[in-house]
Amino acid sequence: MKYVDEFRDGRLARGVAETLHRLARPDRTYRLMEFCGGHTHAISRYGLEDLLPSNMRMIHGPGCPVCVLPVGRIDMAIELARRPKVTLCTYADLMRVPASGGASLMKAKADGADIRMVYSTLDAIRIAEAEPDREVIFFAIGFETTTPPTALAIKLAIKNRLTNFSVFCNHVLTPAAMRAILGNRAEGVEIDGFVGPSHVSAVIGLQPYRFVAAQFGKPVVVAGFEPLDVLQAVVMLVRQLNEGRGEIENQYGRAVAAEGNLLAQAEMREIFELRESFEWRGLGEVADSALRLRDAYAAFDAERRFALAAHRAKDNPACECGAILRGAKRPHDCRLFGTVCTPETPMGSCMVSSEGACAAQWTYRRFDERAA
Amino acid sequence: MATVKTYRRKLDLSGRVDLSHGAGGRAMAQLIAEIFHSALDNEWLRRGDDQSVFEIGAGRLAMTTDAFVVSPLFFPGGDIGSLAIHGTVNDLAMSGARPLYLTASFIIEEGFPLADLARIAQSMGAAARDAGVFVIAGDTKVVERGKADGVFITTAGVGRLPHGLELSGDKARPGDAVLISGSIGDHGVAVMSKRENLEFDCEILSDSAALHGLVEGMTAAAGASLRLMRDPTRGGLAATLNEIAQQSGVGFRLEEEAIPVKPEVAAACELLGLDPLNVANEGKLVAVVAPEAAKALLDAMRAHPLGRDAAIIGAVVANERRFVQLKSSFGGSRIVDWLAGEQLPRIC
Repeated sequence: MKYVDEFRDGRLARGVAETLHRLARPDRTYRLMEFCGGHTHAISRYGLEDLLPSNMRMIHGPGCPVCVLPVGRIDMAIELARRPKVTLCTYADLMRVPASGGASLMKAKADGADIRMVYSTLDAIRIAEAEPDREVIFFAIGFETTTPPTALAIKLAIKNRLTNFSVFCNHVLTPAAMRAILGNRAEGVEIDGFVGPSHVSAVIGLQPYRFVAAQFGKPVVVAGFEPLDVLQAVVMLVRQLNEGRGEIENQYGRAVAAEGNLLAQAEMREIFELRESFEWRGLGEVADSALRLRDAYAAFDAERRFALAAHRAKDNPACECGAILRGAKRPHDCRLFGTVCTPETPMGSCMVSSEGACAAQWTYRRFDERAA
Repeated sequence: MATVKTYRRKLDLSGRVDLSHGAGGRAMAQLIAEIFHSALDNEWLRRGDDQSVFEIGAGRLAMTTDAFVVSPLFFPGGDIGSLAIHGTVNDLAMSGARPLYLTASFIIEEGFPLADLARIAQSMGAAARDAGVFVIAGDTKVVERGKADGVFITTAGVGRLPHGLELSGDKARPGDAVLISGSIGDHGVAVMSKRENLEFDCEILSDSAALHGLVEGMTAAAGASLRLMRDPTRGGLAATLNEIAQQSGVGFRLEEEAIPVKPEVAAACELLGLDPLNVANEGKLVAVVAPEAAKALLDAMRAHPLGRDAAIIGAVVANERRFVQLKSSFGGSRIVDWLAGEQLPRIC
């Protein structure tokens, strides 16, 4: 497979691993957070942790959009879906996320709510066009990668004069979450550097991470999702740390331009504005960390259109998803992990999404007692 | 001989199935005669009884049943009709049995196009003839619109087993070799490529096929060294090996680089965020064999057209926790797990 096999070459990987062992200084540790669930998935699936020196540790960050959505927002989506004439369109990962009182979108669907799994925003537009007597709401979640398609859907709805389409907007921002993690020193989460998600930077570029280096002195290497990309990013981070540098570097030059995608950024700016604050699972309220529709597009904002009240809900008190998302704990540190909480019976969101830290640990690495 | 007037018009295939086609009256009789009996014609069906009486000969019987609810009904390389034959033939063949007789039960949604029904029945007939099996009894029900998804088919089958062949999921032992008859994931990707909302250009055909011919060559080559066979259908290779690990109380150690995956299948899975190990197959089998017979079995598999790309993909290992583990091309290890819920494309 052209452009993929090259990045999964086992011989090359072993060479990179040897470089890492050579570079790793015995007098220090390297604690690197891969922000995005896609990286967590690649690390687990290819067993990359087996290749790292013993003083190097990957910490799984909060970059899974399903994991960071607080329970209250799922409750709100269920409330919307139960309203008469409403069709709620959602990405499938969200279906099983536990909401308050043992509810979930999956259960609401079984109870009769019209909830449909879609693969793209355009599927939701098509449903709205085909069923004009339904109020079609797209449950929009995700980081900067999934935001431009939501903007596109709203523009398409305007162009096609759709009056029965709206968006329940839960788009969140990567740099804000990184700032929240770095600002929270109380928990003793020590991170030496970040592997940054390349698909996010394909949209926003490198500039939004400058504060990580400038204010916190930590390096960020924006990396692709192939296993060799991740390994190479780790080498770049280790080199920076050994040399006492904290810079923003781009491992994924084959697709990420320093300025990002200016067209997508313009689309996002046109449709969305910052929320003053947004609740994240695991991080709590984070200022300027999420988007909502601008007033000019209020008609497409499901929260305003249906006068939806904000809802807050508490997580299961035994669930450690919050601490795991901040990198303060590992999946095995949670007493629910692998006992009552498994991918079949998820208690917390980290076990629901296939890219969540707990699901990745359970699915790919539960033989690894070292992580216990 | 004078022609007897039947006062009956031939079924208009441009029409649709309606509730009368399942009501037990003349319309149903006509549907069965013109669509099912004509496509599946054999001496047992021709008798028109409510059951068929058949000879089985010497040996032991194997019996199985399976329901088919695939969407879409027609996909590259097959359709629900041929799949309903292949699935049941293969379930029998995995015991080493020679499949003989099948039954077929149809649940049809009101409004389903008669032409599509005829196409499915003809595909079933062709698959049965190719496999050398006979559909000797059946049933037809029509349900109201919205209460089914086009057509559901349930097939049951019986086959004859020679004495001495004892294949079973609890027979895998540490040291045994694990073989696959060809590339994985072809069927699942072919079906997904035509699924509503997910259509993508793809030249992959379903691998749907009857495997008992391949199995005959395998049992002849490996004899009592063959521990078990299983077709990795829904849930893919991952689910099949986890099932066997549970039954036999063992683990597996697979080599990622040895598992055949077509580049197009790998690319489609990559795009959708799926793992080929979890994707369904309908014309592949997994075999576990004593290590000393592995080479002979591999040669026998490769000698058959349906086993041309067969490979030894790993070994059975002792493991109390019954983990299926895979050594990645990078040299790292990971678990190959059952799928949790449905395999779904990722968000980003």
